[in-house]
Amino acid sequence: MLSRTAENLFWIARNFERAETMARLLEVGARMALMPQAGHGYRNEWDSLLRASGTAVGFAEKYGDPVQRNIESYLFFDRDNPSSVASCVERARENGRIVRTALTTQVWDALNASYQEMRALERQPRSDLELSQLTEWTMRHAAQLRGAIDATQLRNDGYHFLGLGFALERADNTARLLDVKYYVLLPRVDFVGSELDNYQWQTLLRALSAHRAFHWAYGGDITAHKIAHFLILNRQSPRSLLTANGEALGHLDALAQAYGNATPAQERARALLAQLEKTTIEEIFDEGLHEFLTRFVRENAGLAALVQQTYLSGEAR
Amino acid sequence: MILTVRHATRYLYSAPMRGAVQSLRLFPSRFEGQNTRHWQVEVESGIRGASFVDGAGDRIEGWSMRGPLNEVCVRVEGEVETHDLNGVLRGHREAVPAAAYLRSTPATLPDAALSALAEAAVAGAQEALERAHRLSAAVAKAITYRPGATHAHTTAAESLALGEGVCQDHAHALIAAANVVGLPARYVSGYLFADAEGVAHEAAHAWAEIWLEGLGWVGFDAANACCPDDRYIRLGSGRDAQEAAPIRGLALGQGSAEKLEVEVAVGASQQ
Amino acid sequence: MPTQCFNEMYQGETVRAPYARLEDWMHAMPTEFRQMKQAEAEALFRRIGITFAVYGEGGDPDRLIPFDMFPRVFTQTEWRKLERGIKQRARALNAFLLDVYGRGEIIRAGRVPASLVYQNAAYEPAVAGIVPPRGVFSHIVGVDLVRTGPEDFFVLEDNCRTPSGVSYMLENREIMMRMFPALFRENRIEPVDGYPALLRRTLASVAPAKCEGEPTVVILTPGHFNSAYYEHSFLADMMGVELVEGADLFVESGLVWMRTTEGPRRVDVIYRRIDDAYLDPLCFRPDSMLGIPGLMDVYRSGGVAIASAPGAGVADDKAIYTLVPEMIRFYLGEEPVLQNVPTWQCAKQDDYAYVLEHLGELVVKEVHGSGGYGMLVGPSSSKAQIEAFRARLIANPGNYIAQPTLALSTTPTFVNEGIAPRHVDLRPYCLVGERIELVPGGLTRVALNEGSLVVNSSQGGGVKDTWVLSE
Repeated sequence: MLSRTAENLFWIARNFERAETMARLLEVGARMALMPQAGHGYRNEWDSLLRASGTAVGFAEKYGDPVQRNIESYLFFDRDNPSSVASCVERARENGRIVRTALTTQVWDALNASYQEMRALERQPRSDLELSQLTEWTMRHAAQLRGAIDATQLRNDGYHFLGLGFALERADNTARLLDVKYYVLLPRVDFVGSELDNYQWQTLLRALSAHRAFHWAYGGDITAHKIAHFLILNRQSPRSLLTANGEALGHLDALAQAYGNATPAQERARALLAQLEKTTIEEIFDEGLHEFLTRFVRENAGLAALVQQTYLSGEAR
Repeated sequence: MILTVRHATRYLYSAPMRGAVQSLRLFPSRFEGQNTRHWQVEVESGIRGASFVDGAGDRIEGWSMRGPLNEVCVRVEGEVETHDLNGVLRGHREAVPAAAYLRSTPATLPDAALSALAEAAVAGAQEALERAHRLSAAVAKAITYRPGATHAHTTAAESLALGEGVCQDHAHALIAAANVVGLPARYVSGYLFADAEGVAHEAAHAWAEIWLEGLGWVGFDAANACCPDDRYIRLGSGRDAQEAAPIRGLALGQGSAEKLEVEVAVGASQQ
Repeated sequence: MPTQCFNEMYQGETVRAPYARLEDWMHAMPTEFRQMKQAEAEALFRRIGITFAVYGEGGDPDRLIPFDMFPRVFTQTEWRKLERGIKQRARALNAFLLDVYGRGEIIRAGRVPASLVYQNAAYEPAVAGIVPPRGVFSHIVGVDLVRTGPEDFFVLEDNCRTPSGVSYMLENREIMMRMFPALFRENRIEPVDGYPALLRRTLASVAPAKCEGEPTVVILTPGHFNSAYYEHSFLADMMGVELVEGADLFVESGLVWMRTTEGPRRVDVIYRRIDDAYLDPLCFRPDSMLGIPGLMDVYRSGGVAIASAPGAGVADDKAIYTLVPEMIRFYLGEEPVLQNVPTWQCAKQDDYAYVLEHLGELVVKEVHGSGGYGMLVGPSSSKAQIEAFRARLIANPGNYIAQPTLALSTTPTFVNEGIAPRHVDLRPYCLVGERIELVPGGLTRVALNEGSLVVNSSQGGGVKDTWVLSE
């Protein structure tokens, strides 16, 4: 397959996964804003979210103070913000248009419909749109895209580049969301274990649509250890780092088999997974959750770069 | 004469490039005025590619280099036996008809001043050869040799308006002027040997050729007010400097400024 | 405006034979049903993605070319003549290209002026002396035809570079078959869907001698912002070949390679949909970002085939057009089957004077123009438009040619008020490789505005399915 085709497939998945994360992040913010004030205004939380999404500077330049309505616009609709849901959806659809013939009609329809509906949403007055509508809209389309891919795409190399894009982006996004909670949202260390802490964890779970799954799996009180375990090491959790990593390796192995040739990318993914598998939650907290997540994000990005170099850049010989 | 050439062209990049591709027109033309004794073209750590003779009779060789690259170096070394044919390109095989050299390129497009210069120069002259000599003399007079006055993309019209230029500008202006009076003309790139008494010119040189019925292509070096003789080595031709360039290359990569270093030495050895 | 034009369906009250079965179909279709079908067709086009992109004009960049459901029909006898004429022309045009980049016999023989060829902007000295595989320069020849009577076909222009629109020929048929299957049972219509396979075979047949094994063919597109990107991607898909951009290819060791996820893969034949000037920054425009540096060196040393061959444009210039009948006689020793439209060349003094006198009656076109831009249709233009055009003509007479306003044939077309005659033209696509092939059909373009003679999609034109009936 042309490297550029593989690259576009990979980025269809990454862009859409990123759109979904952005919508979830918006939901976290909205829920936080609903919570009783705990000694600091909601402004700080929105500000934290902007920082977590890496869009704080761009937002400040355009709007100044973090007002919820503006933040919603910026994170959802704004084309000046490359990470906004609209920007991600548009890019994903453009990636799809470029490789239109590598996609089934159903997958193209899912991408194209999300873009066309997005444009329709943009034409509606903002006052008619609830935030929850927007976030649900995003998740619905992400699910449609994934469903169309699973149900209709040939299981060839193209399918695995799509899968690789979803898995690598998801691992990155889960780690960042978790880090947001721990490192950015909680104002001071002495809030650990407080009402606020607890509430924030619940919000995070809800935003990840993992609220009920978590309770089924763990029961009892929400603790940092349990959630970290759920989102990092639980093989049943669809968003955990271990699951996402395992999927990435699965797609890479399938590629190696299809091409009859393994590369350093498979090796790196296998090492990363092995490392996660033998890690315990205690070790993670001993290292420091933030330090662990920072390291993971870096290693995951390293794997993505290796995939880029090996398969997508066209420079491989 | 026996002329020896050592020519190194080095492109330096500020950041590593992903690769480079070059098309080289760096081989002495085959005609009665030149006999190549030996000639070597080498691109450092390059991969030799296509090699062929184009429609204008020039040997062309493609090269490519894999990245990461910090520099590209093209080396030419060789020895050519030359004969003075008074500028006539005798015995040169080519497929492009002379009439194709009546079409201007942006670099050789005549403006009103070039047209006027050409018309005035040939006024009263009947014979084609004489007309060509007069055009060359007129261009030499109108454009004073001054390095640095013009740049690689200066057009014939701009150089004439400025009244200054280098050999490239003289050649462009002469092509434009010849076309004005209906004579096909083209750009030639090559080397020039200048001994101690000669005018100190760059050894990498360029001049023009004009098509004259009965004689064929005849070289005119307006910059030196003469026709090419045994001090000249002819490499290749085109409608302008860009088409006739001895090296056309491209490095793949982004945001990396290029520095160019050229060393050329043309010497004469004992017969 | 010519009042008497040939109506391809009706001669007076009588229905011409090829349209006989369409009359019932037409009358049996209530307006609501027709509108429903029209909407269905549009939805299909949009779903498949057949749009032509127009950027930088605001609005939806993905526009549909209006599709008219009323087919245009030819009898087998009519088609045989067209086929003979088109193939003859494609042969002569290729013989001409091989000649002018070779010895130039037609010029030496004084049948074509040297200046018209060698000073033509499309004449490419860089490929002089090159003989492409099988001697073919133009592998896809699009011949634009108009009709003025039962037996009268004229060639309006030739397209030797990269004629576009063939995807519409294929999709129009596909959509008609889906919407009106009964029509295809009642009428015996020659299929056109073999075109992509024929195109691939044609391209494979011109692989260079250096090619080993089954040739790898690719389509080279300027990219997804190009207005014809849909067609490029459609053809690649139907042919089962890769659609590449310049950056997907590179040159090494005298060959062209494609960047794939499994490493470099050799490319033998490039069907390019970009202009000569952009093919290779080391040979043509140095600022081209669309091409492949070093490609022309590989091409000229026989390492890769390019379709159409660089330089092919010199045969389809509007000034060269007038000489095609002469080419047919010179190279083939035959009389042209299809006639040219009489053409005045404003570069010639007498012609120019005539054109200035008769601007109001003529169609005047730019020599190098296309797409229906930069032209004047005298009879349907206002005085002011004619005078504005006259100024441009006087400023640069050599840039224009003129033709009489032909009474283009009409075919019935669905319009808001029901069914009405509209003017049409025809572009069949002739393939030239080891053999010369022509699928029975082509793209019929229709001027949807009443009385209009301009069929270009950018100016109110639409498309129709084109039928050739079996015996």
